[in-house]
Amino acid sequence: MRHWIARQRYLIDFTLASLARRKTKNIGLVLVFSLLVFALASVTLLTSALRQEAARVLAQSPEVLLQRMVAGRHDLIPPGYIERIGRIRGVQQVEGRLWGYYYDPVVKANYTFQVAATVPPPAGRIVVGPGLARFRGVQAGNVLSFRSYSGKLFTFTVDAVLPAESELVSADLVLLNEADFRAFFDYPAGHFTDIALSVANPQEVRTVATKLAAALPDSRPILRDEVLRTYQSIFDWREGIALALLSAAILAFAILAWDKASGLSAEERREIGILKAIGWETGDVIRMKLWEGTLVSLGAFLLGYLAAYVHVFHFSATLFAPVLKGWAVLYPSFTLLPAIDGLQIATLLFFTVFPYAVAVLVPIWRAAITDPDAVMRG
Amino acid sequence: MRYAGRPSALAAWVFAVLIALFLASFADAGRLGQKRSGEQAARAELAARLRLTDLALFTEARYTRHPSLADLHSAAQDHPLSLEHFPSGSLLPPPAHLRNHASLDRETTVPD
Amino acid sequence: MIELDDIHKAFNQGQPNEYWALSGINLKVAARQVTAFSGPSGSGKTTLLTVLACLARPTRGRVRLCDEDVSGLPERFLTEIRRRTFGFVFQQFNLVRGLSALDNVMLPAYPLGLPYGQLREKAESQLAGLDLGHRRDARVEWLSGGEQQRVAIARALINDPEVVIADEPTANLDTALSRQFLDILSRLIDEGRTVVLTSHDPLVVESSVVDRVVRLRDGHLVDGAG
Repeated sequence: MRHWIARQRYLIDFTLASLARRKTKNIGLVLVFSLLVFALASVTLLTSALRQEAARVLAQSPEVLLQRMVAGRHDLIPPGYIERIGRIRGVQQVEGRLWGYYYDPVVKANYTFQVAATVPPPAGRIVVGPGLARFRGVQAGNVLSFRSYSGKLFTFTVDAVLPAESELVSADLVLLNEADFRAFFDYPAGHFTDIALSVANPQEVRTVATKLAAALPDSRPILRDEVLRTYQSIFDWREGIALALLSAAILAFAILAWDKASGLSAEERREIGILKAIGWETGDVIRMKLWEGTLVSLGAFLLGYLAAYVHVFHFSATLFAPVLKGWAVLYPSFTLLPAIDGLQIATLLFFTVFPYAVAVLVPIWRAAITDPDAVMRG
Repeated sequence: MRYAGRPSALAAWVFAVLIALFLASFADAGRLGQKRSGEQAARAELAARLRLTDLALFTEARYTRHPSLADLHSAAQDHPLSLEHFPSGSLLPPPAHLRNHASLDRETTVPD
Repeated sequence: MIELDDIHKAFNQGQPNEYWALSGINLKVAARQVTAFSGPSGSGKTTLLTVLACLARPTRGRVRLCDEDVSGLPERFLTEIRRRTFGFVFQQFNLVRGLSALDNVMLPAYPLGLPYGQLREKAESQLAGLDLGHRRDARVEWLSGGEQQRVAIARALINDPEVVIADEPTANLDTALSRQFLDILSRLIDEGRTVVLTSHDPLVVESSVVDRVVRLRDGHLVDGAG
């Protein structure tokens, strides 16, 4: 064993000394390689953290949501629906939700207006999300005016700002009481936006939903499982144009790496001849090159991954913000609970180290099996 | 360590540090998770209290603000497959329940 | 020491450009002597050297090393034998550029996995023995031709070989350095080694250090056989 380690150390000595000869080129290669791993690992870490966040935070969201459809569009729930649902067996609690969107022309941002059913603010007062508060520069006690869709100007006093740590779910919220909501949007009395219901037995959610669909043919039930599944596939890494662009970068790098690793220069070829002539076995040459590939790619992986970890969890994925923000004016600032998907990291490790090592090996194999007397023949 | 100047010794140090940092990142993840679990609990509590269904990540369109409530039927503007809100619209895949609606999907029943 | 028995060597065998570099060589190389192969270029002396040193296999015939037939051994064993028995000094020196003199000297011993301290001391003493102790950390491309050759000799000796093989060792040296090389040769013999070299340099061929000159022409021995 000690003998084996001593041999491997010699091979590493040699391969590092060879790499050091073209220092700038090889350091550049490792850096570009790390940058690529950094981008991929950042996406992986961010998405798995967001997925886990959604799963945890939305675990308590309503078990079934019922929307009404008119001519293929989401429409208001007319009076009487809630009573009809209450009669379906298995339904524990029914609650009409009131919410809607408001476009604020002042800052060109979209807000979500919602009636806080459990703790409604007093009349004329609102509770706003931390993102909105930051964006409009308001705090508790300030006054906010919105011109409603009917053209009337409404003035609300900010009662409170939701806590900053809740920004990921509440950035754009405006919470108000039912009367204010109906007045602001001219919402017809007795109508609701959709219906949230809870089911006594979690096993029966699907049965209840099927019954709902039969009893109210113009409605569409949305199950919590489906919502959670939606968030499981959020930022699916195979999708997204940003990642498509990234894959182009990967491909470009693959070509570069392949060219660098597989294009054996005349000098390297000569060196392998020398090594073989002075007593290195073919296996020694291949092991030496394997070390080169492993050290370069493993080093790049570790550097890239560490940078990505710090980027996503200590700097809140700052570099991705412009990409994620997109058209949105109001973008939440949030810190995520680190969630590292071991399998994804292992996959990333494999796809960084393995192809590079192979790219290094292929030409070496051909060169290493050439006859050792080639150096003498010059 | 009489010949610490050997390249392999240097590499061993560099990799020992990198691997230690790699492992430390998992420890740090645990530490941060503990530290931030209170914040997450607050979010979960708020979501439960207000019956929230979605993360407020993208506010530019209905289907990106509330992907779980996206329409099944309306074709153009609000369809989850429409990618006009670059890049969030391209990052967000269509909700799973729209792609696989199973028994709840009345589209499969033959009209009388 | 080494016996060559009816050696033939062909290149590109079976192709239109087939070429027989050696035909029917019978030769015995005696231990602790300097044997020189001489002849015009193209006479096959370098090819003979590669066959003798197990760098290449003969197309026909046998190579016997200490009464053991090695011509049929697989590549792995040949490498092993080469490493154990032969040290090589090439015409172009064939040092690995970018590495220090010391690293170059240690190179043939890497696959043996000796403890580093031991190997390093050995390499240092080899270099010191050839008056290169002060240049051991210099990169080989910064050394003069004579220094490079001495690094190549130190490298050839690192595994303590019985036979030192040198291909045109003085081709790139001036007269003074060539004489210095001959001094080193006689020292190798004093240490109990065998030297086989090729040369068409009269200074070497006619030197008293060389015990025996074998002349070749067109792949045949001209004289000096036996």
